[in-house]
Amino acid sequence: MPLPLAFIWSEFAQQVTGGLAAGAIYASLALALVLIYQTTNVVNFAQGEMATFTTYIAWTMMKHGVSYWPAFVLTLLIAFGGGVAVERVLIRPVEHRPEIVIVILTIGMLITINGLTGWIWGAEVKAFDSPFPNRSLVLGNVSISIQDIGTFGVCLGTVAVLWLFFRFTTLGLAMRSVAFNPDASRLMGVRVGWMLALGWGLAAALGSVAGMMAAPTVFLDPDMMLVVLIYAFAAAVLGGIDSPVGAVVGGLLLGVVINLLGSYVSFVGQELRLPTALAVLLLVLVIRPTGLFGRVVVQRV
Amino acid sequence: MRRWTSPALQGLVLAVAVVLIALLPRFTSEFRLGQFTYVAIYFVALLGLNILTGYNGQISLGHAAFMGIGGYTAAVLILGRKGFELLGQHPSHVIPDHGMRAVFTIPIAGLVAGATGYLFGIPALRLGGHSLALATLAVAVSFPAVAKRFEHLTGGGGGLSLPLPHAPLGWHISTPHWLYYEAWVSAGILFVVAWLLVRGRVGRAWRAIRDGEIAAVSSGVSPAVYKTLAFGISAAYAGVAGALFAIQVSYINPDTFPVTLSILLLASVVIGGLSSLSGVIVGALVLEFLPIYAQAPPLLHLHFAKQAGPVVFGIALMVIVLLMPGGAASLIRRITRPVTGALARKG
Repeated sequence: MPLPLAFIWSEFAQQVTGGLAAGAIYASLALALVLIYQTTNVVNFAQGEMATFTTYIAWTMMKHGVSYWPAFVLTLLIAFGGGVAVERVLIRPVEHRPEIVIVILTIGMLITINGLTGWIWGAEVKAFDSPFPNRSLVLGNVSISIQDIGTFGVCLGTVAVLWLFFRFTTLGLAMRSVAFNPDASRLMGVRVGWMLALGWGLAAALGSVAGMMAAPTVFLDPDMMLVVLIYAFAAAVLGGIDSPVGAVVGGLLLGVVINLLGSYVSFVGQELRLPTALAVLLLVLVIRPTGLFGRVVVQRV
Repeated sequence: MRRWTSPALQGLVLAVAVVLIALLPRFTSEFRLGQFTYVAIYFVALLGLNILTGYNGQISLGHAAFMGIGGYTAAVLILGRKGFELLGQHPSHVIPDHGMRAVFTIPIAGLVAGATGYLFGIPALRLGGHSLALATLAVAVSFPAVAKRFEHLTGGGGGLSLPLPHAPLGWHISTPHWLYYEAWVSAGILFVVAWLLVRGRVGRAWRAIRDGEIAAVSSGVSPAVYKTLAFGISAAYAGVAGALFAIQVSYINPDTFPVTLSILLLASVVIGGLSSLSGVIVGALVLEFLPIYAQAPPLLHLHFAKQAGPVVFGIALMVIVLLMPGGAASLIRRITRPVTGALARKG
């Protein structure tokens, strides 16, 4: 692996912060995947497309004169409602069917939502405003883009709010209990069905944060979250698909590693980042199938 | 299925299908014929995917990548180094000097894609269900970037134009006719192979693993052997389909086999019917014609955006999963059951 002749620390620091910003986006979407996986045991293949769809809704609101943060909050609410509705209408009927059936159902959602997005808003790439100034913060000889800091802050801020919700509210406790043992929770009077729907709603809202944070850099187009979804999944698997902490750590780690490989290993470059991530993913799965933080599941015969 | 349809009736249906396919070129335009050539190509790809997903329970969202490997293998062998140089490309030294006849490249494409699939099947053993689906999806998304990168083998983003094929041995039929027969004869052979595999010992092992891996192990079936085998065979089918596709289009570039194709292939297998070989033909017809008719529904004078295709496709897939898990094949079975049942009782 040829390193550049002069290794410049400031550039390295920029690549790391850029990687952390991208990683925060992967972490948010990965956490959305984990939220749904923990409660309903489903990997939602439409997670990325749902995020894209809601990001387009935000774009439409801003085009009609709503300013950024109100549009942001409204979009989160719409995404939440959409997520709850999807669970109630589509996932509920297949809850107890084999995993392959549910995976295929979410693939159906992926195709439909992707098509609808293109149908409603057209396939051409659109610019998406960023709430952060397009400047850099200079610390010594290291300059860090404010865009990156903002993205990182918003994503991890959302994650922190979610953590507080799960840790310190009764509703959060009820949701955790459902993820842990649905039958016992039902006996304790927790409305399991609605907790699952709530999980889907929160995941959709989290996904829309990822979408709105990704859109200024990758630009808005119907397929923009497909690659992000794969990174997010790789992050979730890296951390252990049933571990929220793992998803966040995995996302940040993946963002930094991929960014560094892309800039310092000329063979990887811009184009081969995704195949590299795939290779990392396969390697982790072969060596440690449960990921870095995952539980080992013992199967009863 | 065999419980409801007597073998004689199955044979009859098959014979009628063969006659229809053989006679179709007499009654239809060359444009329509081209569409039915694509049906044959999709039929091959879906046969392979159904072996993997339907009979062995392993999801793949990456079959367009295996089609791409087959397509590129065929294209590279058809052109040879001389052909590359004529296109102004700088070919790699591993490419043979002279080009081959297109027909002969088809089985080689199948072997190359099959070997790749077999190798991918080894790490895939550690994955199941959703992990496998996402890993294969990543393969599909990565494929165009990888193809673009290795331009000495693939011609890069500009792609490779292939010479227009024509019928061998001085056979006087037009190119579209020749391509139609080439595709359907390949499809026929591979259908018989799939049928033999699925009904025999191997197929039984595949189904046993799908229905309960631990139970299969206790009966002495090795999941490692049979799952990688399913992956290899399935990828080989995809490779043949990809070669046929590249020959049909006479051109290949990194976007010839996009991610969407991978996803729609899986959707078509499910719509046709998992673990049903007869459902595959329905899936192939749906894959070719549904997007066309969704965009411009027949009899209604409407014309929708091209995204109407995927939207209808996705909704059809969800409806099938929610209401008719056996796919179109189960519907056909339900309709024909009274008839075949009556026939079987008489006989």
